[in-house]
Amino acid sequence: MLIAILTDIHANREALTACLAHAKERHAQRYAFLGDLVGYGADPAWVVDTVRQHVERGAFAVQGNHDVGVVQGASKNMNPQAREVVEWTRAQLDETQLQFLDKLPLTQESGNCLFVHATAAEPKSWEYITGTLEAIKSMHATKCRITFCGHVHEPALYNLSPTGKVSSFVPTGDSSIPLGTQRRWLVLPGSVGQPRDGNPAACYALFDDTSNELVYFRVPYDYETTAAKIRKAGLPQSIGNRLEHGR
Amino acid sequence: MNRLEPGMVIDSFRLEEKLHKGGMAMLWRVTRIDGDNSKPLLMKIPILGDNNDPAAIVGFEVEQMIMPKLTGIHVPRYVAAGDFTGQPYIVMELIAGKSLRARFDEAPLPIDDVVSIGIKVANALHDLHRQNVIHLDIKPSNIMFRESGEAILIDYGLSRHDKLPDLLAEEFRLPMGTGPYISPEQVLHIRNDPRSDLFALGVLLYHLATGERPLGHPTSISGLRRRLYRDAVPPRALNPQIPPWLQEIILRCLEVDAKARHDTAAQLAFELQNPDQVQLTVRSQKRVRDGFVTVARRWFHSVGIESMPQQSASTQLTRAPIIVVAIDLGYGSEALAESLRVAARRVLQTEPGARLACVTVQKTNRIGMDEVVDREGRNIHVKHLVGLKHWARPLGIPPDKITYHVLEAPDPASAIVEYAKINDVDHIVIGSRGSSALRRYLGSVSSQVVAQADCTVTVVKSAGSSANAAVSASPLASPIAVQTLTSASEPEGTMH
Repeated sequence: MLIAILTDIHANREALTACLAHAKERHAQRYAFLGDLVGYGADPAWVVDTVRQHVERGAFAVQGNHDVGVVQGASKNMNPQAREVVEWTRAQLDETQLQFLDKLPLTQESGNCLFVHATAAEPKSWEYITGTLEAIKSMHATKCRITFCGHVHEPALYNLSPTGKVSSFVPTGDSSIPLGTQRRWLVLPGSVGQPRDGNPAACYALFDDTSNELVYFRVPYDYETTAAKIRKAGLPQSIGNRLEHGR
Repeated sequence: MNRLEPGMVIDSFRLEEKLHKGGMAMLWRVTRIDGDNSKPLLMKIPILGDNNDPAAIVGFEVEQMIMPKLTGIHVPRYVAAGDFTGQPYIVMELIAGKSLRARFDEAPLPIDDVVSIGIKVANALHDLHRQNVIHLDIKPSNIMFRESGEAILIDYGLSRHDKLPDLLAEEFRLPMGTGPYISPEQVLHIRNDPRSDLFALGVLLYHLATGERPLGHPTSISGLRRRLYRDAVPPRALNPQIPPWLQEIILRCLEVDAKARHDTAAQLAFELQNPDQVQLTVRSQKRVRDGFVTVARRWFHSVGIESMPQQSASTQLTRAPIIVVAIDLGYGSEALAESLRVAARRVLQTEPGARLACVTVQKTNRIGMDEVVDREGRNIHVKHLVGLKHWARPLGIPPDKITYHVLEAPDPASAIVEYAKINDVDHIVIGSRGSSALRRYLGSVSSQVVAQADCTVTVVKSAGSSANAAVSASPLASPIAVQTLTSASEPEGTMH
């Protein structure tokens, strides 16, 4: 089965639309959304509804820290900008949409695959996998051979060999990568709605769980419209501006 | 694992005969039991004993990852693979004949044979590098030949694919490779420079030409590290029949610093095919190894180097293309000559590692004898060479980046296309005569080149020709983007 993995959409309607269309053209059969559906962007309600419709048709979805933040409301620890975004986003969502975010599980499993927002080692810690140390911790924390996670907005691929050696790889281009059954893999597809590796194109990945082939994609989308909506909503300008640079 | 016996069936393949058992893998001749069983196939099965050598397993994983990605005449055709969850294997085409290893005991070989082997292996390496793969274990036993002559590179257990994770990078603390052939940078754990394969090919050519190993057969790390500072005995000191130009090429391959080697395998093949174009330096004249001071300086330097900047097969290739400028000396239009120079300069500016080959075609008769001298008694070939150099002089290109070629053929377009194919040319820049009476009579050479060449072709027109424009065309065979050049004096270009 061909699974499209989308994460960190952050209420970016244009980026999600582009990725879903791209995945459909490539005959994706199932979808997995790895959390942070909202936060930053100007279309939280549309994104939550879209993901909910996919979940009703069998998609996987897990909760991200921004989703929790919006459900619980702004907390004292947030910086003023984050507080502003959380309060604005909360006001855009109706009760069912908030309920949907609140009820999202922290992890989901399917066969050899684990879906989680940040890390398999204590998902609620929201620890960032920024290097091999955090990656190895996460891979040891699950029995699943392949973990898909988001939270970090840059695409990456880690693997753990049977002898305990871990290595990292930054994917370039859309070559398919076979995830060999001899080792464990940690897949970071990169962010749909807020890519931060210097390339503004939206990130997502397709995984074939029969052939174990993984492909990372970069999908261009109209970030100018997205940025204009963010400005129009009165959200902090910098959030929209960074989309253009992918930073 | 059950003992493997002839007649056993693994997935859809029947084991026929055990061909070889090495340290890491067994090779079986197999046939397909479903579908086409006419062609004999080879099954490679890793040896996974009780005391598993991780190198055998990881190397096999790497080969399973990379082989399905490879295409073309220079690699064994991939058929199928079996996963580690069952019986791991790779099935590929069975290549008849022996590897180059068989000829090694005959070394030194005749110089022509050494050169011909070098060209074939360099062509194969270029094709591999173009597919984003660095072999990293080039040695005689990993080279075979098709009946049609092309080299086939086998065994991808140590290879590196730019677009795939490198499973070997973190796995081993010891340098990976084969003692005599491993490049200095591989000794330093650098696995992303395609020029490592050129070093190994240099070792191979040295051995074939002299009968000696240039750097011995070290088995210890300190022994391997010696190649970071100690150079080989110049091959001509061992075999005086080696011409200076071949010593130049071999010693350039063996340079410690990858940057001092040929930029690409295509450029190496180019030099082997055009000995008269090899720029001779002090390398060609060396009679003895470097002196104490030079070696000591390299030794101090080698203590410091542990890492090199990011490299990959594909970036190195795009940085160092071979560009052909086809010049029609007989046409005699200075405006067109200048437009060609402008186009050539633009290409060279964007690609500083590029190498320019200036080509002209001396038309020969299809039947009968050709004149060697013109009416004034000048040698026609020499006259053409002089004309090419005159054309190129204003470009001010350093001599090691430019070569001149007079092709003798009845059909100029076919000669240029054929030349580009043999020399792995990346880009042809050719002038168009516009709509002259001559062109109507002869047909267009440039459009024939555009239609037939495998690489990108830029057609340049001069100011004053019918449509004041230059167009680029990239035939479908080449995935390179089409680029449009406007002629020097006319900003408004018309696309054709």
